[in-house]
Amino acid sequence: MIEVKGLVKVYGTKRAVDGVSFTVKRGEILGFLGPNGAGKSTTMKLITGFVSPNAGTAIVDGHDVTREPVAVKRKVGYLPENAPAYPEMTVEEFLTFIAETRGFRGDARAAVVNRAAELTHLTPVRRQTFETLSKGYKQRVGLAQALLHDPPVLILDEPTDGLDPNQKNEVRALIKNMATEKAVVLSTHILEEVEAICTRVIIISAGKIVVDETPAQLQARMPGARLDEIFRTLTQSDV
Amino acid sequence: MSQIPPVFKREFFGYFRSPVAYVVLIGFQLATIGCAFFLGNFFKANLASLDSYFIFLPWLFILLVPAVGMRLWAEEKRTGTIELLFTLPVTTLEAVLGKFLAAWAFLALAIVLSFPMIITVGFLGSPDWGVLATGYLGSILAAGAYMGVCSLTSALTKNQVISFILSALVCFVIVLLGWSVFNGALGAVLPQPLVDLLANFSFTTHFEAFTKGIVDPKDVVYFLSVTAFALFLNVVALER
Repeated sequence: MIEVKGLVKVYGTKRAVDGVSFTVKRGEILGFLGPNGAGKSTTMKLITGFVSPNAGTAIVDGHDVTREPVAVKRKVGYLPENAPAYPEMTVEEFLTFIAETRGFRGDARAAVVNRAAELTHLTPVRRQTFETLSKGYKQRVGLAQALLHDPPVLILDEPTDGLDPNQKNEVRALIKNMATEKAVVLSTHILEEVEAICTRVIIISAGKIVVDETPAQLQARMPGARLDEIFRTLTQSDV
Repeated sequence: MSQIPPVFKREFFGYFRSPVAYVVLIGFQLATIGCAFFLGNFFKANLASLDSYFIFLPWLFILLVPAVGMRLWAEEKRTGTIELLFTLPVTTLEAVLGKFLAAWAFLALAIVLSFPMIITVGFLGSPDWGVLATGYLGSILAAGAYMGVCSLTSALTKNQVISFILSALVCFVIVLLGWSVFNGALGAVLPQPLVDLLANFSFTTHFEAFTKGIVDPKDVVYFLSVTAFALFLNVVALER
């Protein structure tokens, strides 16, 4: 579903993404790990077409993002870092805007907005403006707009950021349920999240992939050690 | 082009979701109608026309249009919603046009809200309605050209203040090129054909005919081309 081939992104003299390649199949949940500044968010921005690569490309559900960006964007649900939204709009207005931009009209539009709001438990704040929401609710609005059109591919940048432990649990369960029919890529700093829901793990360090295996294989590198210790040994050079 | 309506609606009604719209619309009326009365001697002139209203618009637009347009793209960059907008299935052109048209529609609304002036001249005398109509048409076309410039500068920065100052400066220079007093001064230094050429690029030169009741295709094309060129550069700036 997602084929990333040799993506390179250079900012000035810094190679933010330096030849990243991997694939994600339907039903897989890929966990993106890495120190801050390693290139996780940039890789996601490249796949979703927000940023153009200096070299390489990503093929999403058969569409090349450098050649058919709009087709790719139709198939992807993306939650950017910090879950941005228009501050003066209410949750209802915002989700309606996203639904309309994604081609839904009339009753279908209302139905799709309702479903997204229910899945992410936004019903109590539907009529509140976005800027008045707590961090947890803002994050869930971001998630709602990403899964609104039931896309085959989900790219989520720190989806549980700012949520309390119960909410984190709910979101992880939601992602796990949806993932059976989708290809999901999520980035996180929370190693237990990787253990909890990811079927594969990629660790990026300084723009390059250092690890691409299952959580079990990652654990097997240093049996008995905590995941964050294994993580540290693999990314030490970034410190 | 099917994605323009949602973007347009979001942007246009967005103005009204905060005090911005009301403050700007009222400020706009105070500035334009105020100038007509106090600087243009609207009542004293005793003419059933809106000349004293239209004459100040090219100058007032220099400050009023950037005030509306400065947030067009700068705000999206600052809040991060630009990342949301450009990962939706919308092309850059659709996004630029949607937002521009919404800002233009808002300006058109601001201009048309001076309709009490129309009622006043209609009641107190017998104005030439054709001249009034072309005056408003010219004002709206001109506002579009100014807004094109403002949308472009807004795309070049995250900071609304920089966007405002940049667009105000650019609009000021363009207006200045056609101002008779400035042209006279320039004529002393540069050859007249060159001065005339520069004047041809100015908003003021092309706005005049509209206030006299003439819809010259040249002038319409001028305003539309400036707008189109600015929007083209806008798309390029965003795709960089």
